[in-house]
Amino acid sequence: MSSSWWSEVQMGPPDPILGVSEAYKRDTNPKKINLGVGAYRDDQGKPYVLSCVRKAEAQIAAKKLDKEYLAIGGLGDFTKACAKLALGDDNEVIKSGRNITVQTISGTGSLRIGANFLSRFHTEARDVYLPKPSWGNHTPIFRDAGMQLKAYTYYDPKTCGFDFQGALNDISKIPEKSVIMLHACAHNPTGVDPRPEQWKEIADLVKKRNLLVFFDMAYQGFASGDIDRDAWAVRYFIEQGHNIVLSQSFAKNMGLYGERVGGFTVVCKDAEEAKRVESQLKILIRPIYSNPPMNGARIAATILNTPDLYKEWLGEVHGMANRIITMRELLVANLKKEGSTRNWKHVIDQIGMFCFTGLKPEQVERLTKEFSIYMTKDGRISMAGVTSGNVGYLAQGIHAVTK
Amino acid sequence: FVPGCFSVLVPQATPVAVFKLSNDFKEDPNPMKVNLGVGAYRTDEGQPWVLPVVKKVEKLIVADNRLNHEYLPILGLPEFRSSASKIALGEDSPAIQENRVGAVQCLGGTGALKMGAEFLRRWYNGNDNMKTPVYVSAPTWENHNSVFANAGFEDVRPYKYWDAEKRGLDLAGFLGDLETAPKHSIFVLHACAHNPTGTDPTHMEWTQVAEVMKRRKLFVFFDSAYQGFASGCLDKDAWAVRYFVTQGFEMFCAQSFSKNFGLYNERVGNLTIVARDADNVRRVLSQMEKIVRVTWSNPPSQGARLVAITLNTAELFAEWKDNVKTMADRVLLMRASLQAKLQALGTPGTWDHITQQIGMFSFTGLNPKQVEYMIKERSIYLMASGRINMCGLTTKNIDYVAKSIHETVVNVQ
Repeated sequence: MSSSWWSEVQMGPPDPILGVSEAYKRDTNPKKINLGVGAYRDDQGKPYVLSCVRKAEAQIAAKKLDKEYLAIGGLGDFTKACAKLALGDDNEVIKSGRNITVQTISGTGSLRIGANFLSRFHTEARDVYLPKPSWGNHTPIFRDAGMQLKAYTYYDPKTCGFDFQGALNDISKIPEKSVIMLHACAHNPTGVDPRPEQWKEIADLVKKRNLLVFFDMAYQGFASGDIDRDAWAVRYFIEQGHNIVLSQSFAKNMGLYGERVGGFTVVCKDAEEAKRVESQLKILIRPIYSNPPMNGARIAATILNTPDLYKEWLGEVHGMANRIITMRELLVANLKKEGSTRNWKHVIDQIGMFCFTGLKPEQVERLTKEFSIYMTKDGRISMAGVTSGNVGYLAQGIHAVTK
Repeated sequence: FVPGCFSVLVPQATPVAVFKLSNDFKEDPNPMKVNLGVGAYRTDEGQPWVLPVVKKVEKLIVADNRLNHEYLPILGLPEFRSSASKIALGEDSPAIQENRVGAVQCLGGTGALKMGAEFLRRWYNGNDNMKTPVYVSAPTWENHNSVFANAGFEDVRPYKYWDAEKRGLDLAGFLGDLETAPKHSIFVLHACAHNPTGTDPTHMEWTQVAEVMKRRKLFVFFDSAYQGFASGCLDKDAWAVRYFVTQGFEMFCAQSFSKNFGLYNERVGNLTIVARDADNVRRVLSQMEKIVRVTWSNPPSQGARLVAITLNTAELFAEWKDNVKTMADRVLLMRASLQAKLQALGTPGTWDHITQQIGMFSFTGLNPKQVEYMIKERSIYLMASGRINMCGLTTKNIDYVAKSIHETVVNVQ
């Protein structure tokens, strides 16, 4: 047998987040719980296909549309609605045509296009400042695009809350024109969001430091249950004159995970600049995948552009967010019932799909090995994986490894 | 505070030629206009065609309440990946039987090329070796250059392929470039229905190509975007890919299901990997996962589901092959018709290449001046290279097109 081109190719380690689900799948323990990936589950622990999505699909099927290539920038009905959802219907940016919004391969694809764009055109600074901690995939995405990663203080492990002063201190030292990544709402992995007054101070400081703001909004609607409330920070920054770049995902808030629906927006100084930026985004997209997939964007556009579907959607998002809030309360109640004397207030204070439990890697490992409870090493649990059926067992496990 | 940090640095990019052509066509008010640009199938009524089998399977999917929209695995839908690779390599492929085939579901053929290119740049010929030459045919699909350049390869070069004078394959030139290419160079080969020329090597010519590539240790990267579309037969169109497998090559094959399934906008593609053994496949796939994760995390599910169901259900598979033959046959009919009409008109030059070429495209041999004339004076839109999409021809417009070609060739040099 002759040798292989690939003899030197090392076995790559499993993905820290997606690898958790794969390990969970292999586990035969009937009590196992998957609190790894941020995918919503109903109270029976099942994936939830939104009713408005099913209705939209039926409407689309009846239209007998063709399958012709989308434009490189995606489905127009989708991108327009996507921008409106984030920025608000009456936003001046949209009215003046100074945003360019392209359809992307969900949130990851959006971040990647954004990273590539900044790497090519924001040549004055190569550093991207992420909150500490941030979504695990942010770092490899920006690094692969050729940017350098730095961090600013964000999470306070002592309070399991927001280290506001720490954040301001670090941000005040960030060199001008650097890129700063902000999670618009439902910070991943901590679930810790700044309050509006805090956002205001951050916006002010960021302006003083002349930083380029990159908002990642993967959970609009999912955090508070209210679309506009969750987009408040994004809209505030724009109002204050920041020309942001923004990634949006519809994986969670529309349950369209596998359809890969997302958007990338650049807020430009005027419509003319937006046209130039658009032309360059297309040049970046074409050698990656030519043009984006239709199915999910069509579903999202139908929902966003059909008043009763839109209304139904708002209700369903609200419902999902509420179930999570209920689970947070139940988990804390159950921990108390188990006899835990630790302060678990942060479980209720944190917002969105994830909870940063404060568990240490050794405790996480024990939870996985002894209880078949799966989460990422950093102690992040997806509240969406918690049900009234398993919350008792979860509390038992957490108490056992922390008492 | 300066809004828009990059306001002065973003220049207007020139639009991608093929899309600009479509735009110009759209805006042309001439009722006789014909679009021979973009590579998408059209019926004899000049309409897009959603394959009957696709309509059928879509209904099945919508009706199946067990299906949801959960994330696919990073590498894609397993049933899609394996059945797609079988299509390319053949069900009884020795490589499949020996368990040394892997696959990555990607976003269309472009996505498959992209994943392959990114992997090669990181792991082939040393680590992160951007200097490995990548050879693409002269001419080739214009996005080949961009895909490999954007993946980091610094040296993307042409290999001789099209002989404009004799309107056929420049075999000697091709083999010559293979002989002189630096060892380990990567060659992008069109599996069938070469885009844009429609000119494929014969079986004999492929064996000669393979011999040199094996001897000189060149990397085989097939681009298979038209399997089934070229001859109407899946196996016939996969002959070259399968031949190289029997010759023991480790290789990549980027497959697209855009054309043969008519699923253009669902972005259904597959990167098939043939390696020395299962262990190599395993390691390669683990590294592919890392690349996928920082590009799109996981691929879209709708199109893959559709293809998997079709390929894995006997009656649907048969129906699909039939649909594919329908498309290929119409193209063959248009080729024969155009050639016959040009001959009947006595159009200067020989026009045999129209019927000798295969697949969606034909390299007419019209020069840029003649192309400009066709567009401006006759509202017939084709690429500056003289490439026409045969699918743009219908029984209703073929006379107009034939006469226009005739007029152009006679009046414009």
